[in-house]
Amino acid sequence: MSETYTLYNSTVMEHFMNPRNMGDLKDADGVGEVGAAACGDIMKISIKIKDGRIEDARFKTFGCGSAIASSSMATELIKGRTIDEAMSFSNQEVVDALGGLPPVKIHCSVLAEEALKAALEDYVKRNPSAAAKAATTDSVAA
Amino acid sequence: MRQVFLDHQSSTPVLPEVFDAMRPYFTEYFGNASSLHQHGLRVRDALKRARQQMAALIGAESEEEIYFTSDGTESSNLAIKGAAYANERKGKHLVISATEHPSVMNSLEFLEKQGWTCTRVGVTPQGMIRLDELEAAITPQTVLVAVHHVNHDIGTIQPMREVGQICATKNVPLYVDCEASAGWLPIDVKEWGAAMVSFSPHRFYGPKGVGVLYRNRKARIVSVIHGGVQEGGRRAGTENIPAIVGGGVAAEIAQERLSQRVTHVAPLQKRLWEGLKLNVPYIQLNGPEPGPDRVATNLNLSTEFIEGEGQLLLCDMNGIAVASGSSCVSKSLKISHVLGAIGLDHALAQGNIIMTLGEANTEADIDYVVETFAKIASKLRGMSPMWDEFEHGVIDSVIAPTGRGKSFSQHAAEVSGKPAH
Ligand code: FES
Repeated sequence: MSETYTLYNSTVMEHFMNPRNMGDLKDADGVGEVGAAACGDIMKISIKIKDGRIEDARFKTFGCGSAIASSSMATELIKGRTIDEAMSFSNQEVVDALGGLPPVKIHCSVLAEEALKAALEDYVKRNPSAAAKAATTDSVAA
Repeated sequence: MRQVFLDHQSSTPVLPEVFDAMRPYFTEYFGNASSLHQHGLRVRDALKRARQQMAALIGAESEEEIYFTSDGTESSNLAIKGAAYANERKGKHLVISATEHPSVMNSLEFLEKQGWTCTRVGVTPQGMIRLDELEAAITPQTVLVAVHHVNHDIGTIQPMREVGQICATKNVPLYVDCEASAGWLPIDVKEWGAAMVSFSPHRFYGPKGVGVLYRNRKARIVSVIHGGVQEGGRRAGTENIPAIVGGGVAAEIAQERLSQRVTHVAPLQKRLWEGLKLNVPYIQLNGPEPGPDRVATNLNLSTEFIEGEGQLLLCDMNGIAVASGSSCVSKSLKISHVLGAIGLDHALAQGNIIMTLGEANTEADIDYVVETFAKIASKLRGMSPMWDEFEHGVIDSVIAPTGRGKSFSQHAAEVSGKPAH
């Protein structure tokens, strides 16, 4: 075959074939595991927090190519962000950074947003002082 | 990179002999079969020959019982809706198996919205129709029973003779979808007492764009596409002559080479399944073991703790073309209804891959697939939280339970806040 056709664009395929930040973090400060009600898939994101910033992030995904690429991209994007910044992370950022996803596959990127937020919530639960800070941010955002 | 096409259930390449036979009907013999001049009469002759070739493949009495449509989906629409509308006054009830092709399932749904009722007869975990349930489902209002010969997903061969006997005893016409079997298994419409049978040449090295519907003279159907009086008034529209001619030749060749083809693919099917079983832990075959109950072309697999689309994509990137019945692969985000009907656990349905063999596949291909698939499975397991959680005893395996941990479905429901479908 002279040409290669792919189901997703080259950025998505590249992240699917060579995912960044795949794995677990030994001493994670927050771990979030969420499932997609739509298709039944599961994503887990672990984060390491240092000085109020996400120092490191890892993912594990049971899901389609789009879900794996989304988790790879999401973990790339959130590294270095403050907790407040990460709290307002949206799946649209993942979709944009990936150069677009097929409409039926947008929910896979939502899974990445939810997994990240679950990880942040887990961190906040473990660190109530950070929780107070997050709450103020919430009221400001509202 | 080695290229291995393992999706022959989706389509097959056109044989050179078939293509040669078709070519003049695009250019030289381009006439419309409805025309009364030389050009029309010539292709009419070709149409008749193709009907004879189709009739011979399925043991039909006469070529007059063969109708050409555009594909298998149109054939089943015509069979189901055509019979339902034609027999409306007798009754508005139809009986099908729960694992029919979507063209049958969705035609039924369409009719249900218009006041017909339908009974979907269950299948065994191997995908075999439950004959006692079938018998019980037929009422005096039943105007059609539809049961496929071979399942398009899991390759189960249905007990057609018994199904035919039940229908004959109850005096209800039987429609048999032979899409997944024609060209690969002998078909005898008379032995089954089938009122209608459909199949498509593109599944056995013929072209796309033509479908066949056999209709026994006694079976009543009306047209669902209206226009001119083509196909005995039962299917309006200009016939796709090149495809029909090619389809006829493919049918003739399929009949000649049927046992040769099966002798080629059956050992490959065994080699592939044995190889995968040996090299990929926690893999399961869905449907019957290779042998008399399963078509020799099909393997339907569930690889646990990983999802099907990822497997499909990685296979493709390694030159291996396969299909999947996982929900992530479907546009509706639902698992294949066949996998649902055989009661397959959601976790296993998610990890589904369908491999279908053809005459070009070789032993070396199979060995490459086994080796590559084992790598793909371990790569995806390395990324899967489920594999991890299984190894840590959080969740258990469905295929080989260890007795520790909760079920995948329970876990999935907990983290998604909704039961898996
Ligand atoms: S994770 Fe199932 S469709 Fe993407």
